[in-house]
This record gives sequence, C-alpha cells and structure tokens, in this order.
Amino acid sequence: MAVTAETIRSASVDPLIIAGKAYASRLLVGTGKYKDMNETRRAVEASGAQIVTVAIRRTNIGQNPNEANLLDALPQSQYTYLPNTAGCYNAEDAVRTCRLARELLDGHDLVKLEVLGSEKTLYPDIPQTLKAAEILIKDGFKVMVYTNDDPVVAKRFADMGCVAVMPLAAPIGSGLGIRNPYNIRFIVEEATVPILVDAGVGTASDAAVAMELGCDGVLMNTAIAAARNPVLMAQAMRKAVEAGREAYLAGRMPRKLYGSPSSPLGGTIF
Amino acid sequence: MKIILNGQEKNFATPMTLARLLQEMGLGERRIAIEVNREIIPRSQHGAFELKDNDRVEVVFAIGGGSRQMAVAPGRR
Repeated sequence: MAVTAETIRSASVDPLIIAGKAYASRLLVGTGKYKDMNETRRAVEASGAQIVTVAIRRTNIGQNPNEANLLDALPQSQYTYLPNTAGCYNAEDAVRTCRLARELLDGHDLVKLEVLGSEKTLYPDIPQTLKAAEILIKDGFKVMVYTNDDPVVAKRFADMGCVAVMPLAAPIGSGLGIRNPYNIRFIVEEATVPILVDAGVGTASDAAVAMELGCDGVLMNTAIAAARNPVLMAQAMRKAVEAGREAYLAGRMPRKLYGSPSSPLGGTIF
Repeated sequence: MKIILNGQEKNFATPMTLARLLQEMGLGERRIAIEVNREIIPRSQHGAFELKDNDRVEVVFAIGGGSRQMAVAPGRR
C-alpha cells in the first residue's frame, strides 16, 4: 500500500480509481425512492458522492414535459452517472438497457450491471450476469457488476474485464448490514479491480465496517432514502465511509482477550 | 398506420418520421433514447427515420434509481 495514514488527510491523495478515472469520494449513491427531486438533490449533495446511479425507464406518454428532471437536478457536468440495469431478470434485457443508456447519455459507457434471479431475495442471477457482462465488455462498456458475496464468482468477473466488482452485503433494500464479513474479506484479498459493497447497508456503522474490511467503496440507496431524515443520513454515510477508510489504512490494533493498561504503572501514589 | 409505442397501440392517419412521432407525443424536447423493433435509432437519425406499419417503438429516459425498481425493463410488461 503506497498510501499511509499520514498522507491521507486530504482525500485527493487517496482517490478511488474506476476505469482510469479518479474520484475523491468512495461513497456511491442511488437516486431512487426519495420524496421528490429536491430531496434527491440535497441528499446526494450531503453524501459527497460523485458517482450516482440512475435507472432507464419508459417515458410516460403525455406526462408533463416540464416535470422536474433528474438530469437537471443532478447535472452530468457535476456527477458521473452510473446507469443501472435494475429490474432486469435476464442478460438480454440488461444489455438492451445499457445500450439505451449509452444512447441517452451521449456515448457514456460506464454502467452498473445487475441481473436479478429472485423477486423475493433480489439475489443476482450469476449465469445471466456473466453472459451479459461478456456481451457488454465486448461491446466496449465499462462494467461495474453487482454480484453475490462468492469470492470465486467475484474473481471471475474481475478476470473477464469488469472494471469493478460489487458484492452484496445483504439483500438489496434489506438494511441488514454486512452479513458475511469473511466472504467480503476473501473477495478484497483476491481483488485485482476495485471492490465495492453494493446493497444491504442499513446504517453508518455498516458502511464503516465495509470500508474497514478493505473495500474500495460502498454503493447504497435505501439506507439513505428510507432514513427518517435522508439528508442527515447521507452526511452520516459520508463520514462513515471516510472514517472506515482511514481506519483501514491506519491498521487496527490487535485484539486481546485481557485488559492492557494505557497509563504507565510506575509513579502511582499507592 | 399502427405504431406500438411503449407497449401501447397508437393509430395515425399518415406515415411519419420518428421525429414527427416524438413531436406528436410531446416528447420532442425531452432527453430520451429510442429503440425501433429492438434497434437503437441514434438521435441524429430521428429526423430521417421513416416509421412503418406495426413498428414497435420504445422511448426511454433516465429516472432516479438505485436497485429494486419495480418497473420492468424496456420491452417487457
């Protein structure tokens, strides 16, 4: 590790690098489930995120064309969009969605691939995700892939050319936190591309734990959007991701079973 | 001429280009992406693209989203 705790005071020396582009923030956020566009914008700003996920959907024919637009609320000049394939249950739909996103966003090729296999658990369909990833990479896309917390599968995605691998911590939208920290650890140890926990984070400590495990970043949506005060939670998540990252770089003390005094024992008055 | 627009049947008296269809539907100003019969039609070609009877047109745009959006992917319903 080239970066030490002493040099990390400024985020600019410890950037998250995805597909050759550096980002000061290691927190990526979704833009769904907010009350309105204003709340979306305020929460995203408070999170400090530079990469935001967006969904691609059919337009409602006849809707008010002046309705608040996501692309206006979060301008592409300030944020890196990460179009996702959320809601896709097969490779073909995911590939179509990415191609439409590229057309919509003028050639933008960074995408989040997510192919779901179960409506109940929202677990990914790995065979379909592999198939879609292969087609998309061949087609020139930079693929950040949502996957389960299987270290063998994670490595496969990295080897085939995905620019980031994003294992779930718990089911999407569950807020259950890091259910299997050992698997996340395995994935991080084997990593050749950035590893981001995507899905399952419920509160700030979960995000900190993900970062302390050595993840390169965290992607979340519901944990912020479904909080009682989303803007405040967005700020908490920003701090948690930064704190977790610094703790990881600092290197924690070894765990001990018994107490160990931190004041000198010599010179006591008794 | 019949067009299936985002899964809904629309009938038009005269043939038209894709750009004209978008205008008719009030989508001329919006930032959108289009598929006709599962082929993406780049924005630069909307003006010249002549629609045919029974063409399936998908018009999509970007909305807020993380994961677990309940809506279906384009083309499925």
